[in-house]
Amino acid sequence: MSRRVVITGMGIYSCIGKSLEEVGKSLYEGKSGIGVDLVRKDCGYRSPLTGIVERPLLKGVLDRRLRIGLAEEGEYAYMATLEALRTAGIDIDYLEKNETGIFYGNDSSAKAIIEANNIVAEKKDTTLLGSGAIFQSMNSTVTMNLSTIFKLRGVNMTISAACASGSHAIGLGYLFIRQGLQDLVLCGGAQETNRYAMGSFDALSAFSVRVDAPAQASRPFDAGRDGLIPSGGAASLMLEDYDHAVSRGATIYAEVAGYGFSSNGAHISQPSDVGCTVAMERALADAGAAAADVDYVNAHATSTPQGDMVEAIAIDRIFGASRPLVSSTKSMTGHECWMAGASEIIYSVLMMQNSFVAPNINFETPDEYSAKLNIADKTVEKNIDLLLSNSFGFGGTNSALVIKKYKP
Amino acid sequence: MTREEIESTVKNFLVEEIEVDEKNIVPEAHLKDDLGIDSLDFVDIVVIVERNFGFKIKPEEMADVRTLRQFCDYIESKVGDNVAS
Repeated sequence: MSRRVVITGMGIYSCIGKSLEEVGKSLYEGKSGIGVDLVRKDCGYRSPLTGIVERPLLKGVLDRRLRIGLAEEGEYAYMATLEALRTAGIDIDYLEKNETGIFYGNDSSAKAIIEANNIVAEKKDTTLLGSGAIFQSMNSTVTMNLSTIFKLRGVNMTISAACASGSHAIGLGYLFIRQGLQDLVLCGGAQETNRYAMGSFDALSAFSVRVDAPAQASRPFDAGRDGLIPSGGAASLMLEDYDHAVSRGATIYAEVAGYGFSSNGAHISQPSDVGCTVAMERALADAGAAAADVDYVNAHATSTPQGDMVEAIAIDRIFGASRPLVSSTKSMTGHECWMAGASEIIYSVLMMQNSFVAPNINFETPDEYSAKLNIADKTVEKNIDLLLSNSFGFGGTNSALVIKKYKP
Repeated sequence: MTREEIESTVKNFLVEEIEVDEKNIVPEAHLKDDLGIDSLDFVDIVVIVERNFGFKIKPEEMADVRTLRQFCDYIESKVGDNVAS
């Protein structure tokens, strides 16, 4: 029999809060974390809107050698992981003695690369880059740093799968534990928020330009939307074998019940309702659940007309009969990209724990597709026993996770 | 640049940027064994010296440098007041 996989630790560092407590409150109150970054205008961005994430100050907190390899997204991931370990009741001494893996989603380290390139262009001398540049610049920067800082000795790799990176990271951690290959895997996703990170995405004119009302700019499923808002931070979750968790007396937040994936095999940026459907159906089948069992769908919906439409079609196809509550927390956070698949599991588990569905804020006027969904436009008090969370990315990579309320 | 200025600048960046424990900074301190400066730290020290003293360390000229005093001697040989300009 397959092993059960549970979540025993969570940590979050985002534009709607820097702890589980802050984020839980923001979700319940429908608080937006979106603001204006004027530097982006000077850099030629079409849209200066972004999730506003405060950069942590780690000098004096973390030893220099452990600190200088961290790019911005790694600093966020470090902060999120501190909280995840604290809530898991695990310290570095425990990690040194008990093999723990890491799968973390990340798909860029633009600032580190561009700043290093700027130095070389000016000085014409790579020896003036310093020792941290290489460790900050690689796509695996988050996992190479966290594994060093926290003494992780199990499976160790970064998952780069565009805006589904964090979700696939959790899915793979779940599979490794279920297969008996690991007892503990730190999973998550990180996303840089600096001015360098999103220029090429802004180039696609995919971002909202509702600059006069940042908190109303992210409007997934709303007919009046004009694009997504980039955002970031980091989310960390400790996944653990159920028996292992019970034997050490860990607090169990929820159970990872199913993982589904697919690839559209089609357009590089246009999503596919077929691909989304396959991922969701796989996740449900893996969880041994019927669509009617699902109480809440945490949608990927980013506030782009095409993406929201395709997901609405897929959700309606699967859940049309039972019509569970649906919301996109990106209405508050913006699109946390590489981090989103992990952070949205934390957001959803916080809702499950506190029996509410966070609102899809700014959902005022449905279009013909979102009109078919049961979208929570306000906070709804609701017991959640089973939820499904979607994440989709460029290149047609799709991931869906099913999370079950923990029952011994 | 005077010897005092060189020593003060070196001490300052070792404490502030390399985060060496200030109480260990004495002239006879061994860079590696006493101050804990490893090969990656030296990569950063090359950058810091260039920024503070305006010259680039050549690794071959550092081959015999072991102590803080020798390190300051080396810098003085490059930018000290008695260096012919």
